[in-house]
Amino acid sequence: MTIAPDATPQLRSASSIRLLTTIGHPGWATHLAAFGPVPERATGLVDMLRDAGLVGHGGAAFPVWQKIASLAGAPAAIIANAAEGEPLSSKDAVLLANAPQLVLDGLLVLAGSLAPRAKLLLYVNPLSLDAAERAVAERPDGHRIRVTAAADGFVAGEVSAVVDALSGGRGLPRDHPYHLTQKGLKGKPTLVFNVETLAHLALIARYGAAWFRSTGTPDDPGTRLITVSGMGIAPHVREVGGGTTLSGVIAACGLAETSVQAVLVGGYHGVWVEPSGFPRPLTARAARGTTGVGAGVVHLLGRHECGIAASSTILRYLASQSAAQCGPCLFGLPTLSGAFDEVTMGRGRGGDVLQRMLSTLPGRGACHHPDGTVRFAASALGVFAEEVTAHRSGRCRAAAGGRR
Amino acid sequence: MSAREQAPAARLHIDWTRCDARGSCIELLAGRLVADEWGYPSAPGMNAAEQSDVPLRADELDAGRDAVELCPRLALTLRAPRS
Repeated sequence: MTIAPDATPQLRSASSIRLLTTIGHPGWATHLAAFGPVPERATGLVDMLRDAGLVGHGGAAFPVWQKIASLAGAPAAIIANAAEGEPLSSKDAVLLANAPQLVLDGLLVLAGSLAPRAKLLLYVNPLSLDAAERAVAERPDGHRIRVTAAADGFVAGEVSAVVDALSGGRGLPRDHPYHLTQKGLKGKPTLVFNVETLAHLALIARYGAAWFRSTGTPDDPGTRLITVSGMGIAPHVREVGGGTTLSGVIAACGLAETSVQAVLVGGYHGVWVEPSGFPRPLTARAARGTTGVGAGVVHLLGRHECGIAASSTILRYLASQSAAQCGPCLFGLPTLSGAFDEVTMGRGRGGDVLQRMLSTLPGRGACHHPDGTVRFAASALGVFAEEVTAHRSGRCRAAAGGRR
Repeated sequence: MSAREQAPAARLHIDWTRCDARGSCIELLAGRLVADEWGYPSAPGMNAAEQSDVPLRADELDAGRDAVELCPRLALTLRAPRS
């Protein structure tokens, strides 16, 4: 699953190492040697993307071909998004450090196929700015792509926040009653894709849909980058085939499954998964019998850790990351976080406030920050229900060394 | 009767970045909107997507139009019902 820097590229095989083929060697020459040139335009690209079953890797897992098909006209701008505001994710940074040219390929082949005159923009976390600029400078057709440093904060990568920043705003989510494919940058049809999505797209444009499907499962084809952290292991990025299970990831980390109490899947807007869910496949979107992995965050919680304490810290962080524009989020998230602590760590008061926040906050904001925060809180309350009961009688898993 | 039992005539879109909890929409559309503890509108019984695009029945349209015109923050617009 992880590969040594000198591993031989095996692109035409069903290997689950694709995007990270050139790991450690991000240069233009290595890129060309490994993948060959990307076509200037790919005829039938949208059909190929549909047949491949490529979905977005930024978290929402929306089918790529459908986003393109929903354009109100030729896109005026195509934006590669690597804002990566999620603290537990570093896959976009790792991709840009190791295979930035695949991302640029994706932008260029999309433009060549759909809208040769579209503005091409790469919106990156400031930590990846140097890598991105170096990559653009290195390629002959790189002058077409403009690199911009992303705004700070958890919600910076939300699509309307990206468009806001690139329009000269502060990079905050905006009210967007229309899809960006209808009215985006400067009111014109705009495509925004996560950088990993574009890297997959660049490979599909070269090798086709059947190749893309030659790894992964029929319902979750191809590979994905996941960021694994927690339990003292060094946070790292792996490329795994679609349908990989949490059990598989845990084993690959050299850990015993019994040492893992729960896994946070999908990041701070994601859900906690109990051991009974470890054998389920991780798929782009949650389906019957699978766990939706969103933007690929897998965070392990050890048997001796307190899931409520971990969740409380995350909720406080999420409350602090409200852009302070929408009242229900600005006032509701701190109230939710406070009530969560009261109910789970205090004397159990505040249950009515907690329930009211959980049921009334979703949907009431310009972006999905309240929705994701509520989903996370509800998941913590469900998965760590026993811990809540233990806290009320003065016990805690962390203090008890994992034994009850 | 809920708007969902009857085909909605329009949706009241709320721009939450503009809304400042002045509350005139809640007065005009009492029964559809209620105030939360900070005075912001909330549509009980509606799903998450409908909280920002509140379905209105034909007999609520006039009140909806008034709400749009009277919102001091210009946070409201009337949109066609979701097809």
